Amino acid sequence: MVRVDGNGSGAVVEIRNLDKKYYRGEEEIDVLRGLNLDVDAGEFIAFMGPSGSGKTTLLNLIGGLDTPTAGSVRIGGEEISSLSGRKLASWRARHIGFIFQMYNLIPVLTAFQNVQLPLLLTRLSKAERRKHVEAALNLVGLGDRMHHYPRQLSGGQEQRAAIARAIVADPKILLCDEPTGDLDRASGDEILDIISRLAKEYGKTIFLVTHDPVAAKRADTVLHLDKGTLLECTADGEFVCRSEETAQ
Amino acid sequence: MKFLHLIFVNLKRKKLRTLLTAGSFMVSLFLYGLLMTIKLALSGGVDVAGADRLVVLNRVSLIMPLPIAYKEQIQRMPHVADVTFATWFGGYYQDMKNFFPNYAVDAESYHRVYSEYIISDEEWAAFLADRQGCIISPPLADRFGFKLGNRIPLEGTIWQGTWELNVRGVYKVQRREMLTSELWFQYAYLEEQRPFFKGTVGWYVVKVDDPANAVEAAKAIDARFRNSPFETKTDTEKAFAAGFANQIGNIRLLIMSIGSVVFFTLLLVTGNAIAIAVRERTNELAVMKTVGFSDISILSLIMAESLVVAAIGGGVGLALAKLFTLGGDPTGGMLTYFYLSGKSVAAGFCLALAAGAAAGIIPAVGAMRLKIVDALRKV
Repeated sequence: MVRVDGNGSGAVVEIRNLDKKYYRGEEEIDVLRGLNLDVDAGEFIAFMGPSGSGKTTLLNLIGGLDTPTAGSVRIGGEEISSLSGRKLASWRARHIGFIFQMYNLIPVLTAFQNVQLPLLLTRLSKAERRKHVEAALNLVGLGDRMHHYPRQLSGGQEQRAAIARAIVADPKILLCDEPTGDLDRASGDEILDIISRLAKEYGKTIFLVTHDPVAAKRADTVLHLDKGTLLECTADGEFVCRSEETAQ
Repeated sequence: MKFLHLIFVNLKRKKLRTLLTAGSFMVSLFLYGLLMTIKLALSGGVDVAGADRLVVLNRVSLIMPLPIAYKEQIQRMPHVADVTFATWFGGYYQDMKNFFPNYAVDAESYHRVYSEYIISDEEWAAFLADRQGCIISPPLADRFGFKLGNRIPLEGTIWQGTWELNVRGVYKVQRREMLTSELWFQYAYLEEQRPFFKGTVGWYVVKVDDPANAVEAAKAIDARFRNSPFETKTDTEKAFAAGFANQIGNIRLLIMSIGSVVFFTLLLVTGNAIAIAVRERTNELAVMKTVGFSDISILSLIMAESLVVAAIGGGVGLALAKLFTLGGDPTGGMLTYFYLSGKSVAAGFCLALAAGAAAGIIPAVGAMRLKIVDALRKV
């Protein structure tokens, strides 16, 4: 279940009155304004909206990469906006998987080593790490390319390695920032298939930022962000949006 | 251990840059090794000087002699346990380039005062029995292949002519620092053969009954000969050795100045190389933070890279310096104690690590403070 009216409770993601402002010189830019969001576990949400509407900022706030100007972000009952940098890093390692548009693999590491990266922070033995990494790479269909370097992989394969890296520590939440934005339609579809599977078969809560309506259609719920305000949309052929006020 | 691979792949990504940075450390530490070796060679006598020995020189100059008659007068003075003397001979073997320290010593007392030099009773007896006998150091024996019974023709520079000497002993030492390339022969032989400066000695060495009385004894000796034609200047052996070393210049200041310039340059070069390496990886560092690496882990990784380069480059430089010094004195006798000590190697290695840490700290702190959102936006 997804709510944008701020009246939900017990959701895995609870955002209340979230404000985010940026400052460009003396100019104040309101990116997010009084945003509320409740998302239950296992939901697949897509955020759409024009450039600069705050989609990535919202994703960063949910993932603890950025801190809000005001409001609260509770994930799994934990208020993350008040965590220290060190605790936040540790929390991210356990609870969040990130998938970026540009894959962001480390070029000097093989696919296996890239996927293993988050596990280096755990107390798993080398054998256990290997088992987890192989499982993640097999899940994304890259078991036969695990010792290839990113430059030896296609864009789609790189993104699959990035997904394996995001899920290897078995996080409950996956944050995907335009994961198909740099791929052709066929490769993009493959990536979306994997992401959908992760939601449906593995119960991951997924937040997908996209400009692509086709990609957004894969989500259970599509939310529209415009001028810092969240609008709930129903993907029914055409997008019909209703604002928070309407939802209430 | 599991992060070692990360450190090494990052160092290998720009092999030439890493090699050049490690090369800077290597050259600097090689130079450091040589400077420390030279410093020790020039001031080594200071470290092995006896605390209970005084050196009595002519007040005017080191090269001016003192009357031999002073020996008995000094011997009778308070706190004096023993007295010996020596005279600089300044000879060379076959060729001027084969120079090494050689002096005529009082055969009767010299070994008593310098008891730390180990000479067997048989060898010492053979030396005393042969007016042309001489005692040599192990480095000198090694350098020219001298053996017991060999005849050494020394060419005199102060007292001209060829002075024939017979090797009667090779002393041993308790500490490596005492190994100098030198030769002692009997003062009696010099006195018998030399045409001038007869009845004089180069310097006296006085053994005091207690090191605590050294200053008092030195003052008493100088007071005893004040206003005489041969006034004396008495110092502890350590002060004498230091003064002798300082005649070449303030070695410590010289070494420190050269070392500081080298290390400052090293800091700039290495700091710049690491800063560039970090800047090139801004996005990767942000991704690592995103997947859970803490600020401290990022700082530690960058510092570790800097330290590994410093350790490898510095280690190789010190190893090369050590190898170079194993070849012995390259000056043919000017630096007889040409040895890079373990202590200097350890200090050099620590210095390399400190330079590595100093060079890496600014880029590492920059990486630590990197804001993920800003760094990812720069892609």
